[in-house]
Amino acid sequence: MQDKNFIKPYGDTLNDGKIQISFTLPLDAGAKAQAAASQIMEKLGLEDIVIAQEQSLSPGFTFYVAYGSFKAAIDLDTIVVLENEQKALTIEETDELIKRELGRKLTVIGASTGTDAHTVGIDAIMNRKGFNGRFGLERYDMLITHNLGSQVLNETLLQKAVQENADVILVSQTVTQKDIHIHNLTELIEMAEAEGLRDKMVFICGGARITHELAKELGYDAGFGSGKYADDVATFMVKELIRRKESNF
Amino acid sequence: MIDQIKLDENLVAQAKAHGASIASDVLAFVQGHTTVAVERTICRLLGIDGVNQVYAPYANVLVEHLKEWGLLSIGAAYFIAAAHLETKMSPQEIAEAVDQGQLQLGSFALPPGVTASDVLAPYINQSLKKIAEQRAKREEKIAAEPKKDRPLIYCIVATGNIYEDITQSVAAARQGADIIAVIRTTGQSLLDYVPYGATTEGFGGTYATQENFRLMRQALDQVGEELGRYIRLTNYCSGLCMPEIAAMGALERLDMMLNDALYGILFRDINMQRTLIDQHFSRQINAVAGIIINTGEDNYLTTADAVEEAHTVIASQILNEQLALAAGLPSEQMGLGHAFEIDPNVQGGFVLELAHALLSRSLFPQAPLKYMPPTKFMTGNIFKGQSQNTMFNIASYLTGQNIHLLGMLTEAIHTPFMSDRALSIENALMVFTSMAGLAEELEIKSGGKIEKRAQLVLEKALELLEEIDQNKLFHALEKGVFADISRSSQGGKGLDGVAKKDERYENPFSQIWS
Repeated sequence: MQDKNFIKPYGDTLNDGKIQISFTLPLDAGAKAQAAASQIMEKLGLEDIVIAQEQSLSPGFTFYVAYGSFKAAIDLDTIVVLENEQKALTIEETDELIKRELGRKLTVIGASTGTDAHTVGIDAIMNRKGFNGRFGLERYDMLITHNLGSQVLNETLLQKAVQENADVILVSQTVTQKDIHIHNLTELIEMAEAEGLRDKMVFICGGARITHELAKELGYDAGFGSGKYADDVATFMVKELIRRKESNF
Repeated sequence: MIDQIKLDENLVAQAKAHGASIASDVLAFVQGHTTVAVERTICRLLGIDGVNQVYAPYANVLVEHLKEWGLLSIGAAYFIAAAHLETKMSPQEIAEAVDQGQLQLGSFALPPGVTASDVLAPYINQSLKKIAEQRAKREEKIAAEPKKDRPLIYCIVATGNIYEDITQSVAAARQGADIIAVIRTTGQSLLDYVPYGATTEGFGGTYATQENFRLMRQALDQVGEELGRYIRLTNYCSGLCMPEIAAMGALERLDMMLNDALYGILFRDINMQRTLIDQHFSRQINAVAGIIINTGEDNYLTTADAVEEAHTVIASQILNEQLALAAGLPSEQMGLGHAFEIDPNVQGGFVLELAHALLSRSLFPQAPLKYMPPTKFMTGNIFKGQSQNTMFNIASYLTGQNIHLLGMLTEAIHTPFMSDRALSIENALMVFTSMAGLAEELEIKSGGKIEKRAQLVLEKALELLEEIDQNKLFHALEKGVFADISRSSQGGKGLDGVAKKDERYENPFSQIWS
């Protein structure tokens, strides 16, 4: 535990391993349900378990807030992460880079696909106003953008991409119940491959539950989750297009 | 509630006059047209129910048949009446015979001087009676429950499975929810038919079907009985089946329906002619059924900035109000919408929220306003989320909002867990209980920040309404005056389901309710 590369959660003392958890059991409150709650904590690898709160939600359902200490430790040296950790360029820097390295405007097509009716994600990235003070792709001089909105079929998205000679495709997925986003994202890549488009364009997906790692696994060039903004996306896509150009892709 | 704020009466009158003028233009258009959804609704109200062997609703089968033969403009009532007169078959039997290819409705005609309303009177009256009975039952139950001097707590369930939804709803009612809304599965708004039967598979919500309505109604009546309260039920009458769902809600005693005149056009790209015709008939049904509509102005603020675009909410509320009045829906059934969506990091943002909420309150004193919680600036930090919701609860209580859609601490993460809902209800009830009596002690400073802000938003709303009135609504929507979204009157989904009425056309229900 002295090795600084071993890590435990932190409550108020280094290596105390403190974790707070809340969950509901489909049981009436009482000694038996509480014992079950403690066992769940134990099986999660926790010790010094405290059930801080037991609250009945409805007959047959009880809510628990519990604390415990994590017994194990995580060896940081064994962790390899696939992260997309480029520092975002400013709008001016990005426009300048496109002009200098690519010498033409880039076309970006974005949509929230499938049955997903949420435009919040794609709008946050594409709309001029952007989100949280970070301006959207529509504000870049060197980008031509088409935001197709929500409930766009994968085939419509690809059709439009071909028609506009797109460089980049952005797909947003907000609804993730029963992994519908995975099916949807996979379908798009499969269709792109079948039509020979996969390597002609940069494919990027985004959404609150999407990670870069998941995106790579599904065959995308990158994925952007919560806390990522238009400048992160713009930086990635421009650098990726330059990389492809340089490797004569 | 804090007393209303003083507004320039002249501005209010002007804004409403523009709204009325816009609505009367729309009404003139609506009255000359019908849609496949309106005709299917008439079929349903005449008792046509069920699905054929490939699960197509008989209402769709009959109306598709009319459309195929170019008879949509004469309408379903006319041909059902004509076929009934000659064959003595019931509307249901007629629809089934059409499905079997045994009847060609175009071969029937009503004799001169005979109306569909007369021929079909027994079927029409049966539906009217059922709707009136459901309305009376609701009024009786509401009269018997204790009055609440606070916003009603509105919770959402969205499991995708109607039976799981019932478990969640019953638990929420026991925890203190007054209203349950069953979110629809993503994509249902774009289906041009209503699915049939009890359903257990949905994404981000549950299919709106008449059987699902009935199951949930039964469960909420049961738990309401036990709790000595009436638990109100909400669903969505929007999208391509707007009036059909209104009819189902009227028959199954839903209490509220999401029903916005413009939402489908702007946010679902449904054709504007189609939506405006459909919303009119759906509101006539909601009006007669005593159902409170909930309008969707909150959506403007999830895409645009809540400070800069506050006036679009007010302008849309006035439009929704005037279009509802044109359909005979009284103010007491107008749950006009707005939302608490200002960035929590804006200096004095809460003061602006109070100004906006009081402006809506003062403009529509009789309307049961629907107030929506923060969603846009909810993060994955559930603890911060709970605090944001507390501020929302306070604003709602102080400004006398009526339909209070509870914010969830896990907004932006997942559809609510049972415990999320319980924690949110606990939070709201704590605010309402602990603050009881405070609002009456407070007054809005005359000429202060809140009053000035409300006045400014009203002025901007008036400007926008003037612009829409000058351009007419169709053209204004083409120009993109709302939410920066522009829509073509010839574009969008569902236009091929619109028809100009023939002189033989009859809508027996609309005639009674106009």
